[in-house]
Amino acid sequence: MEQLIKKLKGMVHLRAYRKQRDDLHFIMVDKPQLEMILAHLKNNEGFTHLAFLQAVDLIEDGKFQLTYMLYNYSTSVNLGVNVLIDRDDAEMNSIHKLWAHGWQYQRELHELYGIDFPGSPRVEESFVLEGWEEMPPMRRDFDTLEYSDKTFYQRPGRSTNDPAEYMKEKMYKNYPPSPGIRRDDE
Amino acid sequence: MNKKHINEIEDQMKLANEGLPEKERGLFADARPTTVDAFNKYYEGFLNWARSRSLWMLAFGTGCGATELRPLMTSRYDMSRYGIAPRPTPRQASVFIIGGYASIKTIKRIVRSYEQMQGPKYVIALGSCTINGGMYFDSYNTINRLDYYIPVDVYIAGCMPRPEALIAGFNRLKEKIRAGECEGMNEYAEKFDWFKKNQKQIIKNWNMPDYNW
Amino acid sequence: MSIWTQVLYAAISVTVATVYGLTLGGIVRKLYARVHGRFGPPVWQPFLDIIQTSSRRVSVSHGNMFLLGPVFRMAGGLGTYLFIPVIFGSAVFGNFSMAGDLLLVMYFVFFGQLGMALGAGQGGHPYSPLGIARGLAQMSAFEVPFTLAVIAVAIQYHSLNITSIVAAQQGSFLNWTLFTNPLAVIAAMISMLGMNMHSPFSIVMAPQEIPIGPPVEMNSGFLSILQTNRGLFAAAKLVLFMNLFFGGATNLLEMIAKTFFIYMFSVFVGAAYPRFRPEQSFRFFLKWPTIIGVLSIIYIAYLGGVL
Repeated sequence: MEQLIKKLKGMVHLRAYRKQRDDLHFIMVDKPQLEMILAHLKNNEGFTHLAFLQAVDLIEDGKFQLTYMLYNYSTSVNLGVNVLIDRDDAEMNSIHKLWAHGWQYQRELHELYGIDFPGSPRVEESFVLEGWEEMPPMRRDFDTLEYSDKTFYQRPGRSTNDPAEYMKEKMYKNYPPSPGIRRDDE
Repeated sequence: MNKKHINEIEDQMKLANEGLPEKERGLFADARPTTVDAFNKYYEGFLNWARSRSLWMLAFGTGCGATELRPLMTSRYDMSRYGIAPRPTPRQASVFIIGGYASIKTIKRIVRSYEQMQGPKYVIALGSCTINGGMYFDSYNTINRLDYYIPVDVYIAGCMPRPEALIAGFNRLKEKIRAGECEGMNEYAEKFDWFKKNQKQIIKNWNMPDYNW
Repeated sequence: MSIWTQVLYAAISVTVATVYGLTLGGIVRKLYARVHGRFGPPVWQPFLDIIQTSSRRVSVSHGNMFLLGPVFRMAGGLGTYLFIPVIFGSAVFGNFSMAGDLLLVMYFVFFGQLGMALGAGQGGHPYSPLGIARGLAQMSAFEVPFTLAVIAVAIQYHSLNITSIVAAQQGSFLNWTLFTNPLAVIAAMISMLGMNMHSPFSIVMAPQEIPIGPPVEMNSGFLSILQTNRGLFAAAKLVLFMNLFFGGATNLLEMIAKTFFIYMFSVFVGAAYPRFRPEQSFRFFLKWPTIIGVLSIIYIAYLGGVL
């Protein structure tokens, strides 16, 4: 893997590299070079499988981070290729020519995040939201609670409890306090 | 009222089917549902007894709650001993189980399937999501109260309710049927305009007839 | 015997057969449930189902042919049943048996499915033509060995009259076709598996892929006619098999015992075996049972039934 990263560094401008596990690595590249590096990874390095394509809304930076998760069947290594695109003018090159199933992910991202993929087939069709009229709902500045209150009918009398406290109160009152799970042990 | 006047009122009562393209409107029914009265007390009581012993549920898993229906069919919980059987087509089913959250895309299909069922028809709403939204109360895509869109007979609370709770819900439904309280079909016909208004408010691309036979 | 007495007798006979067939259906559901390790529905569940479907308050029709479909199906069941002498020598259960009734019965077995095809086709649901195509194809397939077996029986007894076929089998159980012409019985019993549509050949109903098959649009009253017919038709087929191959019956108890065990054959096979795909089931019927059926004709016509 180190060799591959070194090789990639020679080819393109790698903005970041992070190793999460032995079989899970992330690199970040520039937007214009993305298609080139994906084609290289697919054709020459054995990352033949596009596991998923997803977006993260980095609203503070005004960016969307797209993650193209690739998988190499012969070495069992996952490689995530990240790219930052502008949030206001969200547009990305389509990869449906590299991976035929990419159009479905792009259609989803187009609907839920409003990222445009010019040239991708059927990208304008609705994916899960039929007849959606508001801003794309997965953008973080979309207030779902407000929309829900406005659109759907609330049943009065709804209250929210902290599950742990509530269960302790209701079910385990007569039991000695449990040691609990210490997450730091991990 | 003369006959012409009655005809005019009948014309006004016809459904507009505005969601359909102009040339297709003639292909679909424009009549609205009508209430059907029960038979006399004793005969209806007998029929209700038979209906409660032979509940055919529509095998349409509308949400995660449909997972709980599978163990109910298998040998561990075995719903067939109560006379409950899955039916794959809404034309033959009499019980509709809404399995948990209903997204807007699903509620369109739910309405369609519900209207295609032949009454008397019953609805069991499964899980907290159908009662007040449950954990999806602030979601942009799932409804909060099911009873604004179709009439509901029995609610089963929980997230998810276990199959035992489902069986208890079925038994409650049977009691209600035997008591003659399950008139959801007539309720839907009476408050048809109100239900339609609520449905159309959330289903933005209404490209089906107003009432699906 | 006046026509009204005959009508009365036929009504009694049809009622008994329907009740018997539906009870048999309930027993089979219970039996399948026990095989699965469940309790299963009560034995009288089919009756409750019929009351439930026929008491629906509304019903949707798709046109005249759709209305006629269940009627044709019911006519097929009634026609099959009414021309079979159920109990040998009985006036009440003799039905309208006459010379050459075997041909008529063979025709009526097919008739119901064809009528159903016309009716369900008008339902407009894409799954019903799919189920009909499968049903008619499978029916054509299992009719081949069944017809061969019936031809062998007709050659053997020199008759197309069911009453005289039954009469020829009286005396000892060694006179049954089962022992005098075993090849024909094997071919016919295999084709009965397809006729009863239990598990290896249940592709027509295929509840998973093409929900319920032909009657997918049938609702309320239409469905209750089909359900009633299912009971009657099952009884009619079993009685036909009993008459042709298992020596008929001289009283009601004997009829019930024999038909029960004949039905259990297809139920046991159904409970034990998984399902064939359509093309597998057609190929199966046109291969081994057909060969056995041809052999049975050769055996009875050219070898004279002597081994």
